[in-house]
Amino acid sequence: MRLSKSFLSDYIDLSGIPYSELAEKMVFAGNEYESIGKLCNATGLVVGYVETCENHPESDHLHICNVNIGSETVQILCGAPNVKAGEKVIVATVGAELPGGVIKKAKLAGMESNGMICSLAELGLESKYLKEEDHAGIHILGEDAKVGEDALHYLGLDDEVIDFELTADRADLLSVIGMAYEVGAIYNRKVVLPEIKLHETKENINDQMRLQVQTENCSIYLGKLVKNVIIKESPKFIKNRLMASGIRPINNVVDISNYVMLEYGQPLHFFDKNRLGDEVIVRMATDEETLITLDNKERALKDTDIVIANPTGPVALAGVMGGLETEIELDTKDIFIEAAIFEPTHIRYTSKAIIRSEASNRYEKGVDPYRTVLALNRACELLELYAEGEVCSGVLTHDTTNKEDKKIEVSLESIESVLGMPITKEDVCEILPRLGFEYKIKYNIFEVFVPTRRLDVNIKEDLIAEIGKIYGYNKVVGTLPMDRIRKGTYSKKAKLERTIRRHLNALGLNQVITYSLLSEEEAELFVSKKKDSVILNSPMSEDRKIMRKSFIPSLLHVYDYNVARNRKDVSIFETGAIYYKENETYKEDFTLSGLMSGVYEENTWQGNKINIDFYLIKGIVENLLCFLGLTNRYQFDTENLGKELHPGMSARILIDREVVGFIGRVHPNISKKDVYVFEINLEKVLELKVKPIKFKEIPKFPSVKKDVAFIVKKEVSSKEIEEIIKKTGSRMLTNIDVFDVYEGENVGEDEKSIAYALTFSDSNRTLNEQEVTVVFERIIEAVTTGLHAELRNK
Amino acid sequence: MKERVENLKKEIKEKIEKVISLKELNDLKVEYLGKKGPINELSSMMKELPVDEKKEFGRVLNELKAEVGTLFDTAREALEEKELNEKLEREKIDITLPSSKIHVGSIHPITKVIEEIEDLFVSMGYDVVEGPEIEEDLYNFEKLNLPKGHPARDAQDSFYITEEMLLRTQTSPVQARTMDANLEKTPIRVICPGKVYRRDDDDATHSHQFTQIEGLVVGENISLSHLKGTLEEVAKKLFGEDREVRFRPSFFPFTEPSLEVDVSCFKCGGSGCSICKGTGWIEILGSGMVHPNVLRGCGYDPEKYTGFAFGMGPERIAMLKYGIHDIRNFYINDLRFLEDFNRVEGSEE
Repeated sequence: MRLSKSFLSDYIDLSGIPYSELAEKMVFAGNEYESIGKLCNATGLVVGYVETCENHPESDHLHICNVNIGSETVQILCGAPNVKAGEKVIVATVGAELPGGVIKKAKLAGMESNGMICSLAELGLESKYLKEEDHAGIHILGEDAKVGEDALHYLGLDDEVIDFELTADRADLLSVIGMAYEVGAIYNRKVVLPEIKLHETKENINDQMRLQVQTENCSIYLGKLVKNVIIKESPKFIKNRLMASGIRPINNVVDISNYVMLEYGQPLHFFDKNRLGDEVIVRMATDEETLITLDNKERALKDTDIVIANPTGPVALAGVMGGLETEIELDTKDIFIEAAIFEPTHIRYTSKAIIRSEASNRYEKGVDPYRTVLALNRACELLELYAEGEVCSGVLTHDTTNKEDKKIEVSLESIESVLGMPITKEDVCEILPRLGFEYKIKYNIFEVFVPTRRLDVNIKEDLIAEIGKIYGYNKVVGTLPMDRIRKGTYSKKAKLERTIRRHLNALGLNQVITYSLLSEEEAELFVSKKKDSVILNSPMSEDRKIMRKSFIPSLLHVYDYNVARNRKDVSIFETGAIYYKENETYKEDFTLSGLMSGVYEENTWQGNKINIDFYLIKGIVENLLCFLGLTNRYQFDTENLGKELHPGMSARILIDREVVGFIGRVHPNISKKDVYVFEINLEKVLELKVKPIKFKEIPKFPSVKKDVAFIVKKEVSSKEIEEIIKKTGSRMLTNIDVFDVYEGENVGEDEKSIAYALTFSDSNRTLNEQEVTVVFERIIEAVTTGLHAELRNK
Repeated sequence: MKERVENLKKEIKEKIEKVISLKELNDLKVEYLGKKGPINELSSMMKELPVDEKKEFGRVLNELKAEVGTLFDTAREALEEKELNEKLEREKIDITLPSSKIHVGSIHPITKVIEEIEDLFVSMGYDVVEGPEIEEDLYNFEKLNLPKGHPARDAQDSFYITEEMLLRTQTSPVQARTMDANLEKTPIRVICPGKVYRRDDDDATHSHQFTQIEGLVVGENISLSHLKGTLEEVAKKLFGEDREVRFRPSFFPFTEPSLEVDVSCFKCGGSGCSICKGTGWIEILGSGMVHPNVLRGCGYDPEKYTGFAFGMGPERIAMLKYGIHDIRNFYINDLRFLEDFNRVEGSEE
């Protein structure tokens, strides 16, 4: 809402209040503004009188003018075709600042020029307000302009404007009168409303027109008839105030409907009465109907649209846009004025589909029924004054609204307890009248009467907010609530997330946060089990359409982004939710994913380097799982691997035999680079019970170490060998380690050698060589027969 | 006799002084103190002395042995030290060569801010709670006093999945869920961090996905004074001890009164600078007293209970705190950006 100072001053005395100060005070009443400035920002403009005007001898378009600017007469060269001696014009004096630049003394075609004669287009008005002639030539001022006076002031273009960004509840501030009440409350000044005087003719609207309101979605509908209007340009003050308010002046009749809407916040619609006919019907549209709106578009109507109709069909979309057929035209004589209130939700749906207009914006937020008739009469008055209209008596009326003040009770005690600061009865008694609220007081209870214009003040709390606003919220002194002293807690999820983040950080991985929405194609990647997607019903783009079911496509994006910037060593992870639908319910599984590629640790000049490979990322995952207390509870297998993973370098991760995720190298079809990823569903981990830490005595007796290397077929896994060793090793075997894997010379082509270091010990005694040897031999026997293995270096 | 002893002593002393290695010293020791050495020879001469001289000679001899022993010990220590020093000298490296790169990962700056705020509130007795990101219209809007068709819904253009389900546009639905879930309707103190989504085109100041932290306190006699006191703690924790907060009235459908909260500028302290756009104050969050309709809708009697709620944006806080000008940085995850946050917080002073 752009608020003109000159407009506002009609209803409240603003003397002694700089407009910028008013803007700041409004902020502390809850009304923020986006900008403050002048309607025209040019300076140094005066009224000049062209005394002489001759053609320049050496130019085909320049005129040499002697212009009286009050203080002196100066020579100005002017190229406009319409400059003439004897006219009053706008002169930008030397030093004037215009949007096009600063005016300087200049020499044009050998002659001196001390200023510029201006067109309206050169003053910095928004281009939507300018007509063709405002660009074509200089602007000729009226006879009454005083030579030497401020030209902007004469034109009324020196108005100041604040562009407020209002909150959705303050429908009342979408009117200059509403603003006046707000300013009045802040500055404790009185609001003066316009006194409306009509000279109605004997002709009564009710004798010739009929109204039928057939829907509950119109609470009030008032109509008046104004005859024999003359359509012409509006007076200057109306045009200027419309421009200051952001509305383009059209002609006196259209401008008056906008002017009154700005003034009262009540949208009006003017119909050409002779095209409308005598019967006005307000009803819901049907799905089959259409209407050509005044922007010349045919609209298919819906049964949620409220329409104004005559017996032949709809003529306007109520509260949103008029119809072309009944529009005010240059030859319009008689006007039917509609002042009505329509149900906000319906207006909202219709305007969302068609256009957001000044009118629909007000209807959506709510209109004060008390003002409907006032706005109607005000429009009639202005049509009488500025369009020579003849106002017929009587009002076409449908009215179900309640215009009584709202009664709200509030105690001094509850005001104090909400604000959390002391406030006296006297303070409240001073504030309520400032807000324009009448009240009665009984003991410490206020019975407050809130006028209908304050659609936002309905309950005690609303009233307390208004009182607090005027009293000043910054008088509140901060204290801490002391009612419940006990320690706070982190959720299980927040705790686990922190643990994982800290641990992976320590292991060298950076935490990333990426977008949850993916494209249809990406959303299906790295999804181990088929899950139904959560799909947006109207996405903003195809790239962000589906809630992700895996983090890995996003992590690959981060990887590609960094690689493209020459950062090839990437170790990242993300925690958060993956989303899917299961049996018609929406699921969000808490998930951890990681991606690693390139070099893990390095010292270049020493030649030390650890590259990231499958075993490294497996180490990261195992390290984390052990840290989470899951040692011996997880395992890896190679069944049902996803097609996005390298089939020979990936595994599923199981915890307590349940699949929780996967790990592996990304399939070359997806990334050509050597990239490793893992993903773990943490929902399961959240539920797991982990044993408390318990100290185990450090063995007092020495252990015995034995090494053994087996030659096996390549497809035999180390896990298979280890399982046999473990099973055969008895309790004496306390540790198994692989210390060498070898393929090549001395080993068959389809074979490999794996060497194990086995540790034997007993917590109660020193083992003797003989008993260890017996077990060791048994192990060798079991592995060689069980897996057709051979002992290496027999 | 005595003279021999003295000469011997002198001789050993001179020889030890010339020794330059431990080996030489050992050889020398064997030469003089060995079985066939001169000292042993002297003591074998003792038996030939008359009894009265024996005693005296024995004493001199013992003295000699002790003295020579000390000479050897001192010399050995000196040599050992010398050899060690030589070894250390040989082992000297150029400590200015670059170190091995030990990588430690970083916490994302948004997480950093969220953790800081969570820690503060947990220390003040709040519980951290979560809610779903795929939310019902009922919780995201209706229970928050935003019925269908309410104009304030415009400010939060939403991603709908069905007519009744959407990606939450705010963390406020967790307020309603927490109150609903508390069947005993006892006092509440919670903080709810999480992701939210709005139909905004991504640019320097808008993101279709961002995070919020919601706070909710419900109890008897909770007032604006408590809200202000609590937010003062937040401002101090995030932006420094000297910070002040101020209230500006505003409008949110789920609070009444509703207040925007500004913090005094941490850069200029209030005198006006580019960060606070010359005003001395920076807007950091929205807050207010829980609207009675919200309390009632979640089973709390607004005549008995009051509450305050607030919501803040970790992105905005991180942008202010760390001088980040483009919100997209948080979601691009350039490692050079992330690694800037890989250390403890410092202070300007």
